[in-house]
Amino acid sequence: MAYPKNYRYTKEHEWLKVDGAIGTIGITDHAQDSLGDIVFVELPKPGAEVTAHKSFGSVESVKAVSELFSPVSGTVAEVNGDLATSPEKVNSDAHGSWMIKVKLKDAAEVNDLLSADDYEKYVAEEK
Amino acid sequence: MNEHIKKVRQNTSQNEGLIFERSSPGKRGYRLAPLDVPEVDPAQLLGNAVREDLGNMPEVSEFEVLRHFTRLSTWNYAIDLGMYPLGSCTMKYNPRVNEAVARMEGIANAHPYLPEALAQGTLRIMRDLSDALIEITGMDAITLQPAAGAHGEMTGIMMVRAYFDSKKERRKKILIPDSAHGTNPATAAICGFEVENLRSNHRGMVDVSALASQMSGDIAALMLTNPNTLGIFEEDIHKIADLMHEKGGLLYMDGANMNALVGKVRPGDFGVDVMHLNLHKTFSTPHGGGGPGSGPVAIKKVLEPFLPTPVIYSKQDGTLALDYDRPQSIGRVKAFYGNFGMFVRALAYILANGPDGLRQTTEDAVMNANYIRKKLEGSYDLPYQAPSMHEVVFSHRLQSPKGVKTGDIAKRLIDYGFHPYTTAFPLIVADHGAIMIEPTESEPKEELDLFIDAMRNIAKEAQESPETILNAPHLARVERLDEVTANRKPVLRWKKP
Amino acid sequence: MRYLPKSDSDRHQMLQEIGVPDTDALFSHIPAEYRLKRDLKVPRQMGESEIVDYFRARSSEMVAGYGIMLGAGVYYHYRPVVIDAVVSRGEFLTSYTPYQAEITQGTLQAIFEFQTMICELTGMEVSNASLYDGSTGVAEAAMMAVRVTGRSETVIARSVHPEYREVLRTYSQHQGMPIHEVDFSEHGRVDLKALDAAITDQTACVLIQSPNFFGTIEDVAAIAEIAHKKGALLIVSIAEALSLGIVKPPVEADIVTMEAQSFGVAPSFGGPHVGVLATRERFVRQMPGRLVGQTVDKQGKRGFVLTLSTREQHIRREKATSNICTNQGLVALMATVYMELMGREGLKELAIQNLAKTNYAVEQFGKNAKVLFPGSPRFNEFVIQSGVDPLEISCKLAGQKIVGGLPLKKFYPELGNASLWCCTEMVSKEQIDAAAKAVAQ
Repeated sequence: MAYPKNYRYTKEHEWLKVDGAIGTIGITDHAQDSLGDIVFVELPKPGAEVTAHKSFGSVESVKAVSELFSPVSGTVAEVNGDLATSPEKVNSDAHGSWMIKVKLKDAAEVNDLLSADDYEKYVAEEK
Repeated sequence: MNEHIKKVRQNTSQNEGLIFERSSPGKRGYRLAPLDVPEVDPAQLLGNAVREDLGNMPEVSEFEVLRHFTRLSTWNYAIDLGMYPLGSCTMKYNPRVNEAVARMEGIANAHPYLPEALAQGTLRIMRDLSDALIEITGMDAITLQPAAGAHGEMTGIMMVRAYFDSKKERRKKILIPDSAHGTNPATAAICGFEVENLRSNHRGMVDVSALASQMSGDIAALMLTNPNTLGIFEEDIHKIADLMHEKGGLLYMDGANMNALVGKVRPGDFGVDVMHLNLHKTFSTPHGGGGPGSGPVAIKKVLEPFLPTPVIYSKQDGTLALDYDRPQSIGRVKAFYGNFGMFVRALAYILANGPDGLRQTTEDAVMNANYIRKKLEGSYDLPYQAPSMHEVVFSHRLQSPKGVKTGDIAKRLIDYGFHPYTTAFPLIVADHGAIMIEPTESEPKEELDLFIDAMRNIAKEAQESPETILNAPHLARVERLDEVTANRKPVLRWKKP
Repeated sequence: MRYLPKSDSDRHQMLQEIGVPDTDALFSHIPAEYRLKRDLKVPRQMGESEIVDYFRARSSEMVAGYGIMLGAGVYYHYRPVVIDAVVSRGEFLTSYTPYQAEITQGTLQAIFEFQTMICELTGMEVSNASLYDGSTGVAEAAMMAVRVTGRSETVIARSVHPEYREVLRTYSQHQGMPIHEVDFSEHGRVDLKALDAAITDQTACVLIQSPNFFGTIEDVAAIAEIAHKKGALLIVSIAEALSLGIVKPPVEADIVTMEAQSFGVAPSFGGPHVGVLATRERFVRQMPGRLVGQTVDKQGKRGFVLTLSTREQHIRREKATSNICTNQGLVALMATVYMELMGREGLKELAIQNLAKTNYAVEQFGKNAKVLFPGSPRFNEFVIQSGVDPLEISCKLAGQKIVGGLPLKKFYPELGNASLWCCTEMVSKEQIDAAAKAVAQ
């Protein structure tokens, strides 16, 4: 699976795509693959504050719950409501199925995240 | 048909739809006695609170209801059909005399608010059961009020909290070993404690040096299951209790595994301050498809002021009464006095056993687990070598290279005519690979041998034809069900088409 | 011991295979000082007939063949014999929580039917597979409202069962959940003005009972409006499940919880009974307790499974919606059988009979004592105020094999010599007449 070069990544397996002051967040294909069939995605409401490396929600498979960790700090601007009824989209298209859009608080935080190449290497090592 | 499947063979079972699909207007399953007072007009009495109709409630005849449930019942596995080795659940024989005595008129029909003078029989049952359980556990006092094990945990930990509150000590944490049942941390959270994880050592027991370094004045209690969820007795229990007590902490024991101890070892003697029992495990009250349970909490003297209200006591004239005036009580955890019907059954079980029977029961339970352990060693990996008590925990390490996991082996056991063991718990077995087997004392040698035979054959299948296991069960009424869709698009009730 | 299926030679053989000389060797790793070296001091092993004798003696110390006019959360209704025929089947009695769906379809389908009927009766969209009882149902519902709203406080009516309120206080005491109580009016219903004043922007839920502890039916719609206006959820606990046969369900509520003991479950000195919690679909993931869902197997055949289990303690541990593990399986099955036997018409007909008995009793008692809370609709309970201590009335009635109403002084001192009476279909006209007469003297 190719990891989009224009995204940045966390070691907790989230991706971030930055467009100006807005960061779009989802989980990586590697994450969806290890979670298995995703049955529910729990996301914050617009207006909520998220903090870098802190939990902002969770994804559930039939028998497990995994926390979602935000790559950056900021305020939730938009939530992908589609996932409430179709969580399976995260399985079929992890890099296209965004979860939240965040108004960035500190753009410098992005620099701390992994590049696509580094993330791919990290995942390979983790295995 | 596989020649290795010796215990069962396929037979037909009846199809049966939902009761709503049998319903049609005019059918009835009841007839009331005629009314002996004047009739009333509900609309006039209730005004706009009157209900027009009962929607899609079914309309069926009595015999259809009986047949409906009889058919459904044949789709269930049960202890009455065979070995049910669900580890940590103690699926033992549920004696039928228990059921008979619980249905006696004066007992089953007792209203909880009967004046005490008219309720001496039920109060006596509660007192006699309390006395027996206090003796069995070696504790000082007991409450029968909690409705289940998890409810008992909550009650016990709240008493711990009240104890420290009374001393004006604010201890924030509860220590819980990584092998613990999920209810333990959930309970601690409800009682306002933080959970601190205590790791197990390579033998599957509490790491006493870790405990020594973690134990502090901030820790209220250790919640320990003993024998633990691996079926291993904590050999250092006296050091564990001492470490807790030296720093002013309390030792809570989850009594889920009391079936390994009754008549042989008493928690009160090895330093436990508070513990719950599961009457539906150790004391043979039926599991009933998931309840009702009953989770009495036994305590040492220091915790007595905090017992839930009411507490039974003897009046001067020898009659029994209920004491509600207990200012330091944690309060009630349930209306009335607990799942009384389960008290009746548990007491009947204790009377049927006596001291010799209770001891022999424990010995047989431990012997059965060790017999299975001996016979399956080699076929399955034994991750922890310490001596087993009433249950034995293997792992799927020898089978997983073929893609066969504990859950798959469990499903294959169904084809061999057994209920699966507990899968993937405790979590400290690597790769969620636990195979947790608790035979209980109720299994004859023949049934154990059939089970061992089945497990050995499955181990062989795992090497030779893993796909047989991965697609199991093959002989049940339904094949593996689509749990993903059930979770994604929950259908939680029938709706009229 | 007759429950143990082993001969001495079986044991001998097994120990030999294990490789130990005797049973004690299996316990030798337990420190010697903790091994019990004596018999437990419990009664000696009894024969079955002796056990029956012991309990028969206890049973005879109780009241048998009496007319019981006690309610207050536990109700005497006739239990059709089919219920025990079904729940005595070993396949239901001696099975466990249906974790292995392929061999527990019987239990699973029965629970699915239970959930469906609870929804039909309460007007809610989803119901769980049961909770311990009505009192813990109230506590679980309040905690659920706190999770849903992110607010912390509960406003509860004093007309809710006093023991239910105590349980709520016990559960909430360490969870930062303040509880405020709201009084009842002279009509035995929630004082709406006081209620309105008690709700703040921190109120997670308003918790009422209807029919309430006094048997009075609350104005649920009005209370819902007050609660919802301020963003609080409305929780309605139903004291007497049978009322749903003739009383409009609390469809305005967000969570309905009730004690379903009336549906074919013996009083059994207060338990085991069966709690119910039902709610709106949108709150389902905040619900406590087990849930059964419909699905299909690989062949496309309909089947049922436990579902949405990620809410529960075995997965979420300290973050679970509740620490609840078992539910009231077999008791819920009793209620399921009862609801199916009685069905759409039977529950209604029986509820109307209860209404008629109680209406008659109120008329008779009213001739000799003050019946409190006039003007409010009631189901099968009512409160009287007598000139004498209600215990005196009870003593008098005991001679006529009647157990009188529950004295309320302990719970509501301000009501003086008040007592709570209940008339189900099990109380005869003669018994009502006798009780009404006793109240007069």
